[in-house]
Amino acid sequence: MFAYTVRRLLMLIPVLIGMSIITFAVVHLIPGDPAQTIAGEKATPQRVEEIRKELGLDQPLYKQYLDYVKGLLQGDLGKSLITKRPISEEIGPFLAATAELVLTSMLIAVFFGVNLGIISAWRQNSWFDYTSMVIALIGISIPVFWLGLMEQWLFAQTLDWLPSNGRMDPRIQMVPITHFYVIDTLIYGDTEVLWDVVKHLILPAVALATVPMAIIARITRSSMLEVMRSDYIRTARAKGLSEFWVVYKHTLKNAAIPVLTVIGLQLGLLLGGAVLTETIFSWPGIGRYLYTAISERDYTVVQSGILVVATMFVLINLLVDLIYAWIDPRIQYGRK
Amino acid sequence: MRKKPFWTLALAMVFLLSMVLVACNSGGGGIKKDTGTTLIYGRGADAKKLDPIQVTDGESLKVTGMIYDTLVQYKDENTEIQPGLAEKWESSPDGKVWTFHLRKNVKFHDGTPFNADAVVFNFERWMDKNHPQHKGGEFTYYPDMFGGYKGDKDHVIKAVTKVDDYTVKFELNRPIGPFLANLAMPPFAIGSPTAIKKDPEKFNENPVGTGPFKFKEWKKNDTITLEKNPDYWDKGYPKVDKLIFKSIPDNAARFTALKSGDIDIMDGMNPSDVAQVQQDKKLQLFKQQGMNVAYLSFNMKKKPLDNPKVRQAINYAVDKKRIISNFYAGLAEPAVNPYPSFMLGYNKDVKDYEFNLDKAKQLLKEAGFEKGLKLKLYAPQDPRPYLPNGKKVAEFLKEDFKKIGIDVEIVTFEWKTYQEKVKSGEHELALYGWNGDNGDPDNFLYVLLDKNNAREKDASNISYYTSEEVHKLLVEAQSSIDQNKRVELYKKAQEIIKQDAPWVPLVHATVPIAGKAEIKGFFPHPTSTYKLHKVSVEKKN
Repeated sequence: MFAYTVRRLLMLIPVLIGMSIITFAVVHLIPGDPAQTIAGEKATPQRVEEIRKELGLDQPLYKQYLDYVKGLLQGDLGKSLITKRPISEEIGPFLAATAELVLTSMLIAVFFGVNLGIISAWRQNSWFDYTSMVIALIGISIPVFWLGLMEQWLFAQTLDWLPSNGRMDPRIQMVPITHFYVIDTLIYGDTEVLWDVVKHLILPAVALATVPMAIIARITRSSMLEVMRSDYIRTARAKGLSEFWVVYKHTLKNAAIPVLTVIGLQLGLLLGGAVLTETIFSWPGIGRYLYTAISERDYTVVQSGILVVATMFVLINLLVDLIYAWIDPRIQYGRK
Repeated sequence: MRKKPFWTLALAMVFLLSMVLVACNSGGGGIKKDTGTTLIYGRGADAKKLDPIQVTDGESLKVTGMIYDTLVQYKDENTEIQPGLAEKWESSPDGKVWTFHLRKNVKFHDGTPFNADAVVFNFERWMDKNHPQHKGGEFTYYPDMFGGYKGDKDHVIKAVTKVDDYTVKFELNRPIGPFLANLAMPPFAIGSPTAIKKDPEKFNENPVGTGPFKFKEWKKNDTITLEKNPDYWDKGYPKVDKLIFKSIPDNAARFTALKSGDIDIMDGMNPSDVAQVQQDKKLQLFKQQGMNVAYLSFNMKKKPLDNPKVRQAINYAVDKKRIISNFYAGLAEPAVNPYPSFMLGYNKDVKDYEFNLDKAKQLLKEAGFEKGLKLKLYAPQDPRPYLPNGKKVAEFLKEDFKKIGIDVEIVTFEWKTYQEKVKSGEHELALYGWNGDNGDPDNFLYVLLDKNNAREKDASNISYYTSEEVHKLLVEAQSSIDQNKRVELYKKAQEIIKQDAPWVPLVHATVPIAGKAEIKGFFPHPTSTYKLHKVSVEKKN
């Protein structure tokens, strides 16, 4: 297990180098002049030229790349062109906001997705099975922005049960500690504000959870059905184990591998792909941070931000792989 | 059994982490809940910086306008000038020396006094590139409005000096007509010298001014919270205890937030939502006169657009009324002149080219294009305040132009790229526009139509209109401080421009703003910098 982990970690190095080259290349090939952006729409051409020099944009590309990597190795993600603050400082709260949202929606997605899948498989071809698979189909096809707007219309505007946007009531001021508001309010021990934060989380988390929940439900169902037909399950039943035990312990464990893969992939996707949900619910997360940076040509933020998100994606996948090996000791990739 | 350490370790880590965090927090400020009245202003994007001289975007200036004051300010309902931090002022007859008498007993939010030294310090910081506090970013608006920095050839301000503690003297190299209008612009707001000296780089995150509200908290991409300044010099204001700017990027979601009571007032409405606001008794609609213009530019460097008959012909082929009803939901005024009618020197006697395809055809025939011609029409992909749907407008124009024998090919780019292309004169026809800065006609006519601004690259006169006659009028008006004389000069310039037709002026877009019915005292100022300290709202529970 240890050797496997180390080997997987070493394999990360070429992946990370490749990613840094790709993000760097993509950003530098986009049309548009960052120097012009910084100088503002009304700057003189001389000033634009000066800024180009300051940023090293007059250097050859390979040299710019090497400087960038040198910075990265020292933990320097560069400075935002617009705010002039170090990106490593700036990006934290946005990452935390997205992580809080994504983790909550993954909890919802996994809990409901897995259970729906299991029960559908258990009661295959029952009305429950049909209904939940139709719901799952709708869940996959529904556009998130539409669902988000409908949620706002119903639960915020019409019923007035939940707030329509943001992370907490703007009238409350909180000095954030971890920038995970649920954790922060717990640390402060203020249950009233905690409740407010949770209420703000519900609508966006549900909107974001729909697609992964539907995918997880379908995968769980098919994977469960396959395992249920195997011999050892028949043996377990023959031994007289309760049906619940057979399904949730014996079957689920072997059916879990493909489900885990999907969960890992979805988790990674949501981290960078929650832009729509973040926009509709004005959630100040990493997706919107990058989106704004792209539209403002803040290219240092774009390249480092994408790199950070991509790195997290890779790390999550690594974690999923490690969990495979842990769940199923037969899996030891690449070992002869 | 091998499995256990994995979970134990993870749990131990989480526990340890939270212990560390609790420990870190021992001295923290914690959570503060609201008391008193709050006004929550919803908008589409966050501010970039809160040092007003370093920004050009409206979202930043909306906030800084509430934290700082300027020497003079715009009247509540138009762009005329009234006292701000300066109570009164006078100028020498030649307009080259201005003396400002400052308001007494005004304090910055950090408790330091506002006086002549503070004014001199701020202007020195802006104009002198070698000033120790000329830091933190670009000072874009300064060189833009005052002809450059200290030492530059065209720099307007020769010196700013203290006469006594409450009197400041400005000596100018040459008189400029819009001098006071420039000083009223929110970028030229006076910040606390003490705070700026402490850290000029971070001043933009810890703004200190003399304005109606003090800066409290900034959650990036989310909210900016300001608190009432109880010592504000304009007694009786602000009306609310707390002012919160909240960014909600999606227009529809922002409107839902207004209807569900999460925010009190919002800008950036979808035109299609306007009717809903008018019908809803819980809401009210404010219509802001647009200090802007959208136009179709002819690149006069390119054939056949150097021919005035072709340009006039196209002017006759644009149906502004239908453009307004189709693409602005009726919220726009057809543009006759390059700037809107509420500004100084607007010429009401100028007649617009009416929509008349026969006349258009006739003119094209006279110009020798009976058989028609082909033109490329550039249109921006992204919405602009004065042009919410450039591409659709382009398609609309294409249809009508086809009827007079002009075959149009539409070319679109994303906004930043579009600007670069158009400003270097790549286009033949281009849809473009302008948001005014200071409410002075110079800021429209000189910037958009003077030959000095028809630069090879980075032109703001993208039609490359180089009329000597107009140039003379504009330069004379720019350097005169006699407003009556300026009115005459601008009226004349508008006549010539109409005749030469370097553009088809399309519309001045009205900006719709929606608020709760309980809101009182809001005026949608054409500069988009609103005096929110004059707004009151019934207390929310």
